[in-house]
Amino acid sequence: MKKVYPNKEVCIGCHLCEVACLTAHSKSRDVVIAYKQEKDALGLSPCKTVVHAGPACVALSCRHCEEPACVAACISGALTKNRETGRTEYDEGKCVGCWSCLMACPFGSIRRHPIKEKIVKCDLCAGRDIPACVEACPNWALVYEERGEK
Amino acid sequence: MKYLIIGNGVASLGAIEGIRLTDQDGAITVVSDEPVPTYGRPLISYLLAGKIGKDRLALRDEAFYAANKVELKLNAKVAAIDVKARTATTGAGEILPYDRLLIATGGVPFRPPMAGLEGEGVYSFTTFAHAEALAEAAAEVKKAVVVGGGLIGLKAAESLFDRGVAVSIVELAPRVLSAAFDDKAGAIVSERLGKIGLKVFCNVSAKEIRRENGKIKGVLLSDGTFLEADIVVVAIGVVPACALAKDAGVTVDRGILVDEHLAASEAGVYAAGDVAQAPDMLTEGARVVPIWPNAYNQGYYAGKNMAGDAASYRGGLAMNAISFYGLATTSVGLVNPPADDPRFEVCDIVNAEAGTYRKLVFQDDRLVGCVLLGDIDGAGLYTGFIRFKFPLDAEAKQKLIDGAPSILMWPENFFDANWNPVGAKETV
Repeated sequence: MKKVYPNKEVCIGCHLCEVACLTAHSKSRDVVIAYKQEKDALGLSPCKTVVHAGPACVALSCRHCEEPACVAACISGALTKNRETGRTEYDEGKCVGCWSCLMACPFGSIRRHPIKEKIVKCDLCAGRDIPACVEACPNWALVYEERGEK
Repeated sequence: MKYLIIGNGVASLGAIEGIRLTDQDGAITVVSDEPVPTYGRPLISYLLAGKIGKDRLALRDEAFYAANKVELKLNAKVAAIDVKARTATTGAGEILPYDRLLIATGGVPFRPPMAGLEGEGVYSFTTFAHAEALAEAAAEVKKAVVVGGGLIGLKAAESLFDRGVAVSIVELAPRVLSAAFDDKAGAIVSERLGKIGLKVFCNVSAKEIRRENGKIKGVLLSDGTFLEADIVVVAIGVVPACALAKDAGVTVDRGILVDEHLAASEAGVYAAGDVAQAPDMLTEGARVVPIWPNAYNQGYYAGKNMAGDAASYRGGLAMNAISFYGLATTSVGLVNPPADDPRFEVCDIVNAEAGTYRKLVFQDDRLVGCVLLGDIDGAGLYTGFIRFKFPLDAEAKQKLIDGAPSILMWPENFFDANWNPVGAKETV
């Protein structure tokens, strides 16, 4: 399956991936409305996190693991592994906000929704051919490709 | 290949998903004494509290069993296993042959010897049926005593309280949540429960359930205190449901002993979940660690091995995430090390103002345990340091203690192998 791979050697920490992610997951699909209104009013937040440590930086989100710790930990069935697409899928309607997945994911790729008792996790931009973060990355620090991993 | 799975908790579901990775055709039969397909067992506290309806309990959608070609026998009990003939016999006398058997019978609530325990009004809280019975009772009663201040006891107490029942919790240990938490974390949770209006009694045991004409009047404690009650919930732990395995001659210690392939002592027999005594990630030897993620993972690995994919289970890691009235908590790994062992170093920080607590346990130069209250957002990153066993220098330890774990602290090659593995396209 195709996954998003981050390359920290060339990441410049511009956070454009976060902007694109937030906008892609907004109701308005408008960057200004997403940031100025939906972020505060609806708790809209990106699935992507740019991590910094001194000069080093990298943009991370759900790896869609072959054996996801989050799926094993999920008590509600909200997180499941789709063996056909390879994606680790999340059904917000089933989530009860127990935070088991957030605790179990050793990659720290799940966050709490700021308002709802729900989680926020990368869905590889369901409905788009290329995830918004990858499209927005100006220098190939994020790529979306097949690497023979399951 | 014929697969037989006894039990339909999350270990059973993990096994189905594990088997079907390798074997899409073998016949899978699941026998369960419960009336419903696999459900989110911890969700029963959400159900009892009225936060979700019955329609939200199922762990997989309705099509799951058909899609995976699983024959589900509900309301059925396996009465005996013949490991030589490779058959199981149900209570109704049906003989089920198998090539691979998974025993995933879970745990049964422990009932201590206590005067007045037998009779109406005493409940357990580990199944959908228990939750339904308690919901029905809660509508009619005013006062409840919950015996046991562990995770199950506290969630039962909270859920009953949400239904308008006055609740007292009785705990033998000096604090609530003694297994997963320490004194400080236990005290913070106790305080939160107290503020909401639940009564917590620690360092004391329930001595006798007093009855009048069979009806419960209250609970007498070991210090002489008498707590009035209409119902009593006993939640002092579960014991592995090993009887079936033991009778069949399968080796049982505290639970059914299994190796890294989840295989039990007899050929073709596997065990997973709360009934299994399986390898652990952090400690030597096999342990019974009856928690949800371990049950799924053990089931999944048992399934893979049953289907012929010789996969080694990496060992369980104790972890619990639970919230009490908006106070989120997580506990991972070894959180209460022996006090006099110099290999361990414990760092804890209480921020009373913010209502947060962070405790880290190091063994030599590794992180082995983490408790978080309130601010739990870094929980997964700490779990990563525990699971991947990265050696930590003084600076790295300090970063973790300061609440600033980062993936950029990972060893270079480990980072690349996991996030940007070989085959990376050259940048242009």
